[in-house]
Amino acid sequence: MQHIQLGAIDYAILIIYFAFVLGIGWVLRRNVRSSEDFFLSGRSIPTWIAGLAFLSANLGAQEVIGMGASGAKYGMMTSHFYWVGAIPAMVFVGIFMMPFYYGSRARSVPEYLKLRFDEKTRGFNAITFAVMTVFSSGISMYALAKLLELVLGWSFHTSVVLSALIVLAYIFLGGLTSAIYNEVLQFFLIVLGFLPLVLLGLKDVGGWAGLTTKLETVATNAGYSAGAWSHSWRHLEAASANPMGVEWFGMAMGLGFVLSFGYWCTDFLVVQRAMAAHSMTAARRTPLLAAIPKMLFPALVILPGMIAIALHTTRGGLLPLGADGTPNYNLAVPVMLAHYLPTGLLGLGLTALMASFMSGMAGNVTAFNTVWTYDIYQSYIKPGQSDGHYLKVGHAATVFGILLSVAAAYATTRFNNIMDMLQLVFAFVNAPLFATFLLGMFWRRTTGHGAFFGLLTGTMAAALHHGLVLPHGAVAGLKGGFLGAVLHTYPSEMAQNFWTAIYAWSACFAATIVISLFTRRKKSDDELKGLVYALTPRLTDHELAWYKRPATLGVVVLGLTLVLNVIFW
Amino acid sequence: MKLDLRLPIGLMFTIFGAMLTVFGLVSGDAIYGRSLGINVNLWWGLVLLAFGLVMLGFAIRAGRKQDSKA
Repeated sequence: MQHIQLGAIDYAILIIYFAFVLGIGWVLRRNVRSSEDFFLSGRSIPTWIAGLAFLSANLGAQEVIGMGASGAKYGMMTSHFYWVGAIPAMVFVGIFMMPFYYGSRARSVPEYLKLRFDEKTRGFNAITFAVMTVFSSGISMYALAKLLELVLGWSFHTSVVLSALIVLAYIFLGGLTSAIYNEVLQFFLIVLGFLPLVLLGLKDVGGWAGLTTKLETVATNAGYSAGAWSHSWRHLEAASANPMGVEWFGMAMGLGFVLSFGYWCTDFLVVQRAMAAHSMTAARRTPLLAAIPKMLFPALVILPGMIAIALHTTRGGLLPLGADGTPNYNLAVPVMLAHYLPTGLLGLGLTALMASFMSGMAGNVTAFNTVWTYDIYQSYIKPGQSDGHYLKVGHAATVFGILLSVAAAYATTRFNNIMDMLQLVFAFVNAPLFATFLLGMFWRRTTGHGAFFGLLTGTMAAALHHGLVLPHGAVAGLKGGFLGAVLHTYPSEMAQNFWTAIYAWSACFAATIVISLFTRRKKSDDELKGLVYALTPRLTDHELAWYKRPATLGVVVLGLTLVLNVIFW
Repeated sequence: MKLDLRLPIGLMFTIFGAMLTVFGLVSGDAIYGRSLGINVNLWWGLVLLAFGLVMLGFAIRAGRKQDSKA
């Protein structure tokens, strides 16, 4: 595997970028004191920035590295994360969920759960959310450490320590004060840094036609029919017919419904971006407009992975092998950068990657700090202390969060595709939460006890399923099977995750309904106004011209997505 | 929000574009073997430069409008 050689111009680009990040933070600090200020005083930012921020809040390391890795490991089926998952979910958020969020008093998921249900549901969610942020930041840390390993040639251990120090410095220098602005800057950096890579890669393999020919070799070598890597739907009739090892039901229900809707509807890191828009209509239009560029992202993030696996197989040995003998798909994108980009453009590509890792980590560590300090420590462990006390606890929590992330980064080394690990975490946290949200918003009879024990049941169902099954070729432990007996072996980690999510969602959904029917509702209709669909005044879009209405936009977006699904069937 | 985001975006990409364009002009052909013999620094540098200047243009025009209003 080739090491990346950097020139002076590459370092110059990296340094200039960070000068801009810190400079923007410095300029903004005079106007904005905290992220809290930003959101409350906000609601004034132009729609195009809200839309781009909405997109880029999610275009982090996990998307760039994870989708590239999935493109290599699972081929064109990875596009389902967009064309079945993200886009329909974004339309749903824009049309149905945003009126709630924008209109309600809640600013975060725990806050919504407290207003809608009770204290214990909020506490449970705060804990699972804290776990999720640690894993997310650990995954970004792993990716940054791998990149440093590749660029500097240092060992993984040294690189992890260095990554941890970089993040610590980034947070304490105030890299987050301008989070939204940085994200938009990063968005352009990633798009403009990766586009030349995709164009060069496509030219090299002979365009889409050349790529599919090469992917036929990949597919037949792996024992599938020739088109398994280059079609999104054609090989979904049976789990054994495609590299993801999932049939259409597991895909549509697990990924399309539970995981994607769960992620887009309940991830406030993303939802808050739309809430910063200047009016309800603009807030609803934000995810819908963002969906249009989003549906083209597979070309930017999945395609490099598909090209990498095609070259790996037909020209030999592009990707390094992991301890278990499988290629480390996580390196597909960094290796492609090193393969095609000369010094100069290489600096731009690497800066884009590093920027996204760092902000991904910093965002998650800060979220961990907030949830731990205010939603757990202040609420349950030591209430009623001075502000200074909580500030100190917050600083300690940041350091502690980074240490936990280091542990999570080591756990990530066990996965040859970070997207497999990320969706595993989502299956435990977001999947049951989405059932709670759906019932809480659309069924006023849902009680606090129902929500709490439903969430608990859902999370336990996820653990039970995960503990009794294994993906093909894995040993019991982090990847499942830890309950002793292995009842089923899934063809891939992703298939296992989809089913874990389905069981977790269904268990939570059923348990919440049953328990709610047997417990008494404590909140009056009046208290639930703005929190439950039936008790919230309907929005009418009649004052808008028909073509400006969110519903029209949603139909157009879904139509275009359908076309993409058919083209790459 | 007082800062027009197009200003830093435009400024940064104008700088990056200029750097890559100049670097593309002075660097020898040797380093372009991996990019299929194409001087991508020069061509993509020009793309970035154009993008940066357009963004800057928008930001300056918006700034002028704001001033004339005030």
